Amino acid sequence: MTAPLLSTRGLSKSFGGLEAVRDVDFDLPEGQIRALIGPNGAGKSTFVGMICGRIPASRGDVRFAGRDITDLAAHRRIGLGMAYSFQITSIFARLSLHENVALAVRRALAQPHPAAVDQRVAAVLDRVGLAGRAYQTAGELSYGHQRLLEIAMGLGQTPRLFILDEPTQGLAESEVETFKALIRTLGGETTILLIEHNMRVVMETAEYITVLDGGRRLAEGTPAEIRADASVQRAYLGSGSP
Amino acid sequence: MSPPAGESPHWPAVGRTPRFRSPLLHAGIILGLIVIHFILPEYHNGNLARIMVLAVYAMGYNILFGYTGLLSLGHALFFAAGMYGLGLPMHLLGATPAPAFLGGLATALVVSAVIGFLALRTSGVAFMIVTLMFAQAGFLTVLLFGEYTRGDEGFVIQQAARQVAGIDLTDPSNRYFAALTLFGVCLLLIAWLVQTPFGRCLVAIRENEERARLLGYDVLAHKLGAVIISGTMSGAAGAAYALLFGYAGATFASVQYSILPLLWVLLGGAGTTIGPFIGTVFMFYLIDLASGVTSAYMLIAGLALVLLTIFAPQGLAGELRRRLMSWLP
Ligand SMILES: Nc1ncnc2c1ncn2[C@@H]1O[C@H](COP(=O)(O)OP(=O)(O)O)[C@@H](O)[C@H]1O
Ligand SMILES: [Mg+2]
Repeated sequence: MTAPLLSTRGLSKSFGGLEAVRDVDFDLPEGQIRALIGPNGAGKSTFVGMICGRIPASRGDVRFAGRDITDLAAHRRIGLGMAYSFQITSIFARLSLHENVALAVRRALAQPHPAAVDQRVAAVLDRVGLAGRAYQTAGELSYGHQRLLEIAMGLGQTPRLFILDEPTQGLAESEVETFKALIRTLGGETTILLIEHNMRVVMETAEYITVLDGGRRLAEGTPAEIRADASVQRAYLGSGSP
Repeated sequence: MSPPAGESPHWPAVGRTPRFRSPLLHAGIILGLIVIHFILPEYHNGNLARIMVLAVYAMGYNILFGYTGLLSLGHALFFAAGMYGLGLPMHLLGATPAPAFLGGLATALVVSAVIGFLALRTSGVAFMIVTLMFAQAGFLTVLLFGEYTRGDEGFVIQQAARQVAGIDLTDPSNRYFAALTLFGVCLLLIAWLVQTPFGRCLVAIRENEERARLLGYDVLAHKLGAVIISGTMSGAAGAAYALLFGYAGATFASVQYSILPLLWVLLGGAGTTIGPFIGTVFMFYLIDLASGVTSAYMLIAGLALVLLTIFAPQGLAGELRRRLMSWLP
């Protein structure tokens, strides 16, 4: 087997006394669509935050694309081919949609010629269905459209690994359908690590699922295996709804 | 000219508007300043020369405050670094203007690199205070070495020394065009800079620093670059001021001269290329006119400032951008 694109060993984070993530070993092969699920407060956001460098790890290490990136700053990790889409929408609210995506594209292109950037931005906005709004101010978009813009910025980076933190949170039913279709087409191009609460989205898009609970890796398997796993069901029943 | 409904009211919609508008605007301003020289009476020409140099200071300040979103309260340090970097070699060593001007630029560049390196460890209010303290230290240094700088009293750079390639910079017309040259170069430089990926990233940092970082931008390096460009341009203004008006004194290193560019930029429109110039002209003439009417001229000036902040909170050029010219860079 070839080395995974991303792997973590003993990755841990404590906030004061609280151990939000504990000794997580994790391997993600290139090209896979992986879902990361678990009840609220399980440590999912903290875990991916340590992967992209937004949150410094307390312990453990992270390898990406064949190198140890544990001590790299976030912008350097992104430069290696990661994209991170925030759970709490984080866009440039006073800039146009075009400029939001252009900022992502310019950083990713080796030669950011204006014409090449414009073309790529248009393609990306078209892909998430926001093409007609390129010159609106991002802050004036509806919540759902802002979520889509957040995803578009990730697409604009043409990442090797695309981390999405609860992208469908607050989306309307029709928007969720569009999102599922998008993830499926993306699957052929890039590796995806998807944190998701909506079980239908998880079961229909993920090839493999990792379950976190109380900061620990509880289970890992195909959607069918996870659905059948008794410990997973207990974790979810214990915390209310998935 | 006005944008279709629903289009960006705050920031230029780069990529949609024809790209020739911005060069046209800036070339137009420079041309206008050439033409106006032959129309205006001498008094206003003298004022304008001073305003253009001070506007360069404001434009330098605007790179950091308006485009990058970092509020410095210590830019007088950079202005003074340029002023004394040029003035002291001329005054003490008899240096000629051209190398002395380069000396002023180099001094401002080194000082801003060091201050940027140190002050950027902080952010927000701490950054304001740290820059304020460094500038205060600079001010006290000028006083401390009063033997050379002549402190508050300052020193005069003699007319005989202010000659470049046979051009007498003390001649009002020559002085005007020297100021205009510096102003024009800086204006075009900024107009170009804010269109580059570097300049766009500064705006991104101002708008949402964490987002910029997680798009892969080295935020600290960009901020440091902004401090250095901003500080060096402010220093160029300080050096030009000493050279063109023949005087260097500690007042220019005082906290008042750190606040002034902030006011000019706020009035004219932070984060616009033409705002600093508009703000400097406006404030200069506001005080000039008010002092002709009453001795309580600062009261009138203050009132006008308050009114402007209420009715045009984004400054004059910011208001222009919001209402008429959404493409304004
Ligand atoms: N910055 C922080 N400071 C203190 N506690 C935090 C912080 N971020 C997250 N936590 C805590 O860590 C735990 C895991 O949070 P998080 O990773 O956001 O969970 P999830 O994304 O799975 O819902 C929670 O108990 C949360 O309250
Ligand atoms: Mg979360």
